[in-house]
Amino acid sequence: MENFKCECGHMNPIGTVICESCGKPQDDNSNLLDMKYEGTARRSIVKNKTIIDKIWNFFSSVKIAIVIILITLIASALGTILPQRDLLPPTANPDTFYKDTYGVFGQIYDWLGLDNTFQSWWFMLLISSIGVSLVICSLDRIIPLYRALKNQRVTRHTNFLKRQRLFKISSTKNEEEQLNLVKNRLEKKKYKVREENGNLLAEKGRFSRWGPYVNHIGLIIFLFGVLLRYVPGMYMDKAMWVQEGQTKEVPGSNGSYYVQLHKFIFETYDVKTENKIFRKSIERVGNDRIPKNYQANVTLYKRVGNPIPGEDPKLKKVKDYSIKVNEPLQFNGISLYQVDYRLNEMTAFSFDLMNKKTGELFGPIKVDLSNPKAIYQIKPGYKVELKSYFPDFYFNKAGEPDTRTKNPNNPAFVFKMTTPETPQGEVAFVAIRQNIEPNGQNKYKMAFAGLETKNSTGLSVNKDYTLWVLSIGGAIFMIGLIQGMYWYHRRIWIQRQNDEIWVAGFTNKNYYGFKQELKKIFNDTDILMPEDQVLDKKSINTGGEHVSN
Amino acid sequence: MYQISSNLLFFSFITYLIATFFFGGAIKSQKEGKNKSAMIGITITIIGFISNLGYFVTRWIAAGQAPVNNMFEFVTFFGMMIIGAFILIYFIYRLNILGLFALPIAIIIIAYASVFPREIKPLVPSLKSYWLQIHVTTAALGEAILAVSFIVGLIYLIKNIDQKVRNKKTFWLEAVLYFIVTVIGFVIISTAFSISGYEADYKWIDKNGMEQKAVYNLPSLVAPHKGELLTKDKLEAPFEVPALINAKKLNSVIWSILAGAVLYGIIRLIIRKRIGAFLQPFVQKVDDDLMDEIGYRSVAIGFPVFTLGGLIFAMIWAQIAWTKFWSWDPKEDWALITWLFYAAYLHLRFNRNWTGEKSAWLAVIGFAIIMFNLVAVNLIIAGLHSYA
Repeated sequence: MENFKCECGHMNPIGTVICESCGKPQDDNSNLLDMKYEGTARRSIVKNKTIIDKIWNFFSSVKIAIVIILITLIASALGTILPQRDLLPPTANPDTFYKDTYGVFGQIYDWLGLDNTFQSWWFMLLISSIGVSLVICSLDRIIPLYRALKNQRVTRHTNFLKRQRLFKISSTKNEEEQLNLVKNRLEKKKYKVREENGNLLAEKGRFSRWGPYVNHIGLIIFLFGVLLRYVPGMYMDKAMWVQEGQTKEVPGSNGSYYVQLHKFIFETYDVKTENKIFRKSIERVGNDRIPKNYQANVTLYKRVGNPIPGEDPKLKKVKDYSIKVNEPLQFNGISLYQVDYRLNEMTAFSFDLMNKKTGELFGPIKVDLSNPKAIYQIKPGYKVELKSYFPDFYFNKAGEPDTRTKNPNNPAFVFKMTTPETPQGEVAFVAIRQNIEPNGQNKYKMAFAGLETKNSTGLSVNKDYTLWVLSIGGAIFMIGLIQGMYWYHRRIWIQRQNDEIWVAGFTNKNYYGFKQELKKIFNDTDILMPEDQVLDKKSINTGGEHVSN
Repeated sequence: MYQISSNLLFFSFITYLIATFFFGGAIKSQKEGKNKSAMIGITITIIGFISNLGYFVTRWIAAGQAPVNNMFEFVTFFGMMIIGAFILIYFIYRLNILGLFALPIAIIIIAYASVFPREIKPLVPSLKSYWLQIHVTTAALGEAILAVSFIVGLIYLIKNIDQKVRNKKTFWLEAVLYFIVTVIGFVIISTAFSISGYEADYKWIDKNGMEQKAVYNLPSLVAPHKGELLTKDKLEAPFEVPALINAKKLNSVIWSILAGAVLYGIIRLIIRKRIGAFLQPFVQKVDDDLMDEIGYRSVAIGFPVFTLGGLIFAMIWAQIAWTKFWSWDPKEDWALITWLFYAAYLHLRFNRNWTGEKSAWLAVIGFAIIMFNLVAVNLIIAGLHSYA
């Protein structure tokens, strides 16, 4: 970047509006100075030739940034009008849901892609534009601003002082004494006071000027963390179902962790046992209708040694834990969350082989619904063969018995019963509350003798290595925000011009508070408190009282 | 304990009402700053606030859980935080006019809260976490501080919008005031029917063809889908809505609009001009720049608090309870929208010099977004947050 020399001798980058050192404004008018970024030469102002310059200039504009923010805002709002596709109730069919539920409006919503707003390419593009804008806006401003604040001299050009919002000329006889008084007061107010040829520059809270850049860096890190999620291995979201008594491998742990469910507990609020204070609200919803606890009592195991194909893994207990909502089980970067459950799932049916005529019972046999045997030998001569098994029975389109899923929701069986009386065997189709005999002449039947049920827990298995990046980003953002919002950069220039004392003041925000402070500092001194030139101007415009010298 | 808690809340409600009148008295006196009426006003407000805190603490003790887990509790807490923010700002700037506007806004919010079921609700599993109190209270505090910018923005607009002409500005300002009147109308009508114990039961058929029951606490103007009135001698609705629309909520909305219109009509008949024009003389002495400054400062203070409570704590808790820090749940989206909006506000201010009237309008819109998230998202858009 080329330089030019200010009359004070300082070399400024071309495009600088206010000299970094003496503060001499490079324009020739008497309006109040625009103190934004200290009038520095920013790349976006100086360069505008190549395509890169043009892209840079586009994203370095705060105006563009605001427009992107507002478009994102509107897009987010549109995305909440109807439920998003991935948040639909599990029973809904996403392809027809919008049309069926919301009619034409739903169809248009779906067609526009708003059903998937937050995963759509254009929403990603908006978020990335915010990211790019954050990087370029910050880079464009932070270095020139740093230079300007570092190079500023105590003695400033008179035009700089005159054109500050707070400014006043006063005269006094004992300058030295008065200046010392003010200087002491400034120091008491925690100002850093620098002196040069009898001129003063009091400054405090300069670090608040870095607040915006710090918080923008935090946001950039945060957005980077969000992007990291798409890197393979950084994020995992799987699910597992475990039934009481079962031990299952934790998906995504490479076979090194296993979870055994001992008991799944589902509790609801019952007026009889709860604090009386809850009675009314429980009764409003219905007794035993408000869930109180979902809890999976599990044991976590770690595999010992290398897996040998065909053999059960050797497991070593790590710990017992009760997984509840808000209390996930965490180990080795993996978190197990309680998210779903099934109660009273059928796990086994018991039957007796019954002689229809005498009512004599043989058995019972127990059919494990997830792992049934082919032949059940009751005693010599008496056996039951399981010819077919339909875990989730229904009649298919051809009118034949079939199974919908592999889960034993509605089990049905085809048994072949063999006894000394019926050596050929008799076939019966047995389902819940059904007993169909193909020839209708069976001597024996399978009599229902009992049902075993178990609960299952649905666990979400998550691994997220981006969390620490997000946390750091979030923390830096908050620090920057507080730094920029809760502190102020205040500067007071006190300069001797012949017999006069010139005072100018600047703050990046909260002029009200600044003026209150200045009032105390200049109270009872011969140096007059600087006047607010913005308010003065207004009183001229509105015809208020304004005394000009 | 529960009874004590309710009494304390009622007491603080009354004190806020009384304090408003003293702040009104303070405006009439010639000088700003210290005067007797304002002194009494702020003292009563502080007493009320202490009693309000007493409500919060005793209710917490009675329930054994932070009282921020249904609409009544959350909205009440939000109202209380507005009072807290007002007291804080009052002691920085000593502005009596702020009391005349901040107190009524908080009163309306607390009154609105009382329309919801007031009993203590046991916590569902997802709310059983210490993050409940951390997240909800910080978010409410942030929103309350941001609400102060709305209050001073409103004062700014009432003072500066020329009421001699009729234009978009006077229309929208009046629309904001009309909305406030509607909320008052809704509270009055709900309270009146609730005191009289009005209840009309309907049975109806939902969109899955299942029979449901609905209890109306306001006379029914619209009946649910294939609704059948079960209670005798109650108003039978002349209209019926499709199964998709929640008839009971629509009924409440229609009643609010009617009550608001009637109340607004009465007010207009009495004052014979726009409410904005009526209020203008009260705020004539207000310093514009000071108002602008306070509005901006409340955003500058409230924005980080809101970010912390409404987004950061929210994300931490979501990661623990919902397995991921962000689910694009409607409430989350609207928290993000609120955040983006105030971010735009700050940038417009820093960079485009949007101060004064523009800034005041933005503060009003920002508060509208907050209220939308507080009320509409909970009641209309169902999502993970629909606890109330």
